[in-house]
Amino acid sequence: MENMRYEYPAKRPVTRRAHVGVVGSGDLEVLLSPSQNANAEVVIRTSVDGYGHVWKSVLDRFFQRYDGAAKIELNDFGATPGVVMLRLNEAVEASEGDTP
Amino acid sequence: MNAHDTFLARHSFIELTARERIRALLDKGTFRELLGPFDRIESPWLAMQNIVCQADDGAVIARGTLGGEPALIAAIEPAFQGGSIGEVSGAKIAAALELALGEFEAGRTIRPVVLFETGGVRLQEANLGLAAIAEIQAAIVALRAHVPVVGVIGGMVGCFGGMSLAAALCTELVMTRQARLGMNGPEVIEQEAGIEELDSGDRRLIWSMIGGEERVAVGLADTLVEDDTDQVRDAVLAAFERGVPKQHRTENIDGFIARLAQVNPDAIDPDTLRTLWGTS
Repeated sequence: MENMRYEYPAKRPVTRRAHVGVVGSGDLEVLLSPSQNANAEVVIRTSVDGYGHVWKSVLDRFFQRYDGAAKIELNDFGATPGVVMLRLNEAVEASEGDTP
Repeated sequence: MNAHDTFLARHSFIELTARERIRALLDKGTFRELLGPFDRIESPWLAMQNIVCQADDGAVIARGTLGGEPALIAAIEPAFQGGSIGEVSGAKIAAALELALGEFEAGRTIRPVVLFETGGVRLQEANLGLAAIAEIQAAIVALRAHVPVVGVIGGMVGCFGGMSLAAALCTELVMTRQARLGMNGPEVIEQEAGIEELDSGDRRLIWSMIGGEERVAVGLADTLVEDDTDQVRDAVLAAFERGVPKQHRTENIDGFIARLAQVNPDAIDPDTLRTLWGTS
């Protein structure tokens, strides 16, 4: 298991938290909640060691579009980068969509 | 409707997560989760063993209404650690059932449902998980004097180990054809006793012994449903309509002793068991 933490700049506050995914094989759980500070903070716990550079690439791409001041916690059980990106976007959609 | 349209019209229960399963059963818009993922009551033991935690520890507890009546549903997430019962997930389910018991003690009513999907105790948490399972079993027995406690085994994990006993203690059990119910899982039996004893890869054999259809046929479960959320919901509602029986299945001790006396362990197979024990 490996723990990682990243910070990204944010431009706007986040109002609603969201939870998607499960810590099952090839999947991950995302907890997105409003952050207390002005930046976005990402905390990762992953079952697969040694892929920090891949996580960084996925997050760099995600934060090219996302600018919310969110705390995003990822509990990962071997999800591929594609699945991680899908779950992140699903969490944003759940946080910002019309239906609670 | 042809087979293709029937299949498309069906909403799979098995494919849903624990949280989605509860939402599918409760009346629309009444889902209210207790101790959800943002409460972060997760296992204190898994991280020490280098295993990633889930924020709800794989147990989802929610209140709402079911057929217009107050309800409390506890669901186990099949994808997280095989639905295994740890200290926290087990305590959440036990506490949920005790909360339901408290409603009756306060003169109110509530419909308790447990959605089983578990290999049993979480080995990494050993005795703490077992203690929690004992609490779940005690709570089911206390609660079923007031109201039917309805269990659902959806599949594909099934229900094994100590939690198979908890399922057996429920007033009524609803199973899909894909679900399995047994004390030891087939993989465990093969590992311990050898492939000559049981080939866990023989799916037809395994399901013919411990699958939902067989379990309902021999009276160890009550309602067989297709993998369809509407059918599961209807079966659960029907179980509550029937009310508390005069005698629960696990109180029929003489009946089960007589049943066991009929069985010759050297010459038993699923068909013979249906002939001996069949209820229909």
